[in-house]
Amino acid sequence: MSATGVTAMQQGLQSCEGCGLLSRPEPGEQEGRCPRCDQKLEFRKPDSFQRTWAFLIAAAVCYIPANVLPVLTTTTAAGAESDTILQGVVLLWSPTGWPLSIIVLVASIMIPSAKILALGYLLITTQRGSVANNEQRIRMYRMVEFIGRWSMVDVFVDTFTAALIQLQPLMSVEPGPGLIFFAAVVVFTMLAVESFDPRLIWDSISSQEADSKEVTYA
Amino acid sequence: MPDHDPPRSSVPESRNVPKKRTRLSLVWFIPILAAVVGAWVAVTRVLSEGPTITIVMKSAEGLEAGKTKIHYNGVDIGTISKIELSTDHQRVILTAQMAPKTEEFLVKDTKFWVVRPRISGANVTGLGTLISGAYIGVEIGSSQEERRVFVALETPPVITGDIPGRFFTLKTPDLGSLDTGTPIYFRRLQVGQVASYALDKDGKDLTVKAFVQAPYDQYVNPNTRFWHASGIDVSLSASGLTVQTQSVLSILIGGIAFETAATEPILQPAEENAVFTLYSNRTEAFNPPPRNPQTYVLNFKESVRGLTVGAPVEFHGIPIGEVADVRAQIDLKTFEFSVPVTIRLDPTRLGVRVVDRSAGMDLETMRRKLIDSLTAHGARAQLATGNFLTGATYVSIDFFPGAPPATVDWSQNPPQIPTTPGKFQATEATVENIIKKLDQVPFQEIGDDLQKAIAQLNTTLVSAQGTLTSARGTLDNTSALTEPNSSQVQQIGSTLQEVSRAARSLRVLADYLERHPEALLRGKTGDAK
Repeated sequence: MSATGVTAMQQGLQSCEGCGLLSRPEPGEQEGRCPRCDQKLEFRKPDSFQRTWAFLIAAAVCYIPANVLPVLTTTTAAGAESDTILQGVVLLWSPTGWPLSIIVLVASIMIPSAKILALGYLLITTQRGSVANNEQRIRMYRMVEFIGRWSMVDVFVDTFTAALIQLQPLMSVEPGPGLIFFAAVVVFTMLAVESFDPRLIWDSISSQEADSKEVTYA
Repeated sequence: MPDHDPPRSSVPESRNVPKKRTRLSLVWFIPILAAVVGAWVAVTRVLSEGPTITIVMKSAEGLEAGKTKIHYNGVDIGTISKIELSTDHQRVILTAQMAPKTEEFLVKDTKFWVVRPRISGANVTGLGTLISGAYIGVEIGSSQEERRVFVALETPPVITGDIPGRFFTLKTPDLGSLDTGTPIYFRRLQVGQVASYALDKDGKDLTVKAFVQAPYDQYVNPNTRFWHASGIDVSLSASGLTVQTQSVLSILIGGIAFETAATEPILQPAEENAVFTLYSNRTEAFNPPPRNPQTYVLNFKESVRGLTVGAPVEFHGIPIGEVADVRAQIDLKTFEFSVPVTIRLDPTRLGVRVVDRSAGMDLETMRRKLIDSLTAHGARAQLATGNFLTGATYVSIDFFPGAPPATVDWSQNPPQIPTTPGKFQATEATVENIIKKLDQVPFQEIGDDLQKAIAQLNTTLVSAQGTLTSARGTLDNTSALTEPNSSQVQQIGSTLQEVSRAARSLRVLADYLERHPEALLRGKTGDAK
């Protein structure tokens, strides 16, 4: 993969994401509408850094209650019991059940935190105009984007369990408040990934190499 | 084709839609919202957390950190969050996270205990814990002093504070079959339970805490008697066989009954924690051993056979005390033998009540005055036989106007009450007198005389024998005469025949003469007629 080349933006061109038509914005303007399909056109995703940061911070904020509050309340004849994610991991940990415990640990604790950290790293390095490890960074971005859709597994398992195990009065399972925050973490990280424009990773290289035009973007 | 510009003409220009741009994107609203919601949840969490308390107990058997709950009246008010051993490994320290607003419960006299399944004679409790596991029970105290460290009770209290009623303290030398939860009966109605019991520090008595529920607690007044209603109380008395029991349950597991004698005046209900004696049975309860007894000595010169410790001391047949000690005493100078008998008297049984308190006389002076005046009027102690079958003896105090005068020496301790020989001894003396008199009878001479008389009688009898023999001969002769074949009898028979013939002739003659009276003059005419 070559790191060099002229981007559409450097040439003052915008590509329509809807119909693929290449067009040029009105002089002095950054945005416009596709003359063919009326799709919104932009050089880069608008306010990409700001929005990604916002979603990322929201996700990080929600990550705390998601881990502190119980995600599942199990009511049995022996009494009600609320478990947080980490308590569930401990609960599942047994000589025979440890693989399940590891799955929960990876899917529910490590991946969300890894996503937040990875996005934070991408944002900081990209905003600083770093050119090192660009290929690693774009790979990291793709991985984060790919994993995002699977992060909801936990929420699904919880909601399914809660819906299925309703054996009143013997046993019932109800989702706890932590689950909402956990879902919020997943949603916010996905939104953050969505708002991040990977092309920004390469812009610094292009601007260094091309060194020709003053490129401004928000 | 990076190096060459596309022809400008071939690339159409996009339409410009002017847009107001803001420096700060509205997207920042989202993390702020997330932070606010998170903070709100955190604040409510913190607010919804109650105080943390520490409970110390001996064993945490059946308890689990994070699972075991603290229940009050079935409501979950806390959870055990940590279980650890004390530093000396002797005790278990539980840390419990209480529910919010439980601060007011956590006062000095709040009690905690572990509820486990518990099956005692009277009841089965805590069965729910078989499924749910043990939990911590609470009794909320009424103190104002807040506290966070508690020592758990080893046994759950039978009565929790919210049941109206009153606690009473019972003193008993013997626990019998009592246990916590043992029922208390009033007129065979279960009105309470034994809450706890403990041995007194001096080891002499047991203190039993009894709880009587409202409204039955009003029937406990200072004159009420409590007794062990355990088992069956069979007594044989002059009125026959009496069997006293409470319920069947109390036969099996024991119980306590209380009652106020009908003759006692109706008093105000007893105070909370009033102290009562727990008697061993109903009879004793209404006939208790002397309260506040006075010790006296009776010096008997006679044998005290049959007098045992515990034998009654009666005044005019009314039991007023009991024998406390019997021992022999010998005066080595005079070899005079005496038996000092220690008795315990309850003078109040005589119906003497302190009525003259205002006169400045204390109880002791009153008592001395009473004993003195009794002695002056001839009251003496004597031994009497209570039961002729068993030979059981009791001490009887009675008036003997003819007794030699005596006084009570109060300087001695215990003071001595004068005695008089017992009824039995007096009888003995009389019998002895009779025997002495009998001794004076000259039995020897009487015997000699009798001997002589008997010898004479012998000779008399011999001569009588001769007389009888001759009499027998006479009788034999007589019998020979009267035998049917004897000649005399035959003679008599013929004689009688003759007489009969003579009589017939005489009748013929008489008949003839009747028809022929003239024949008497003319003689028999014969056939001429």
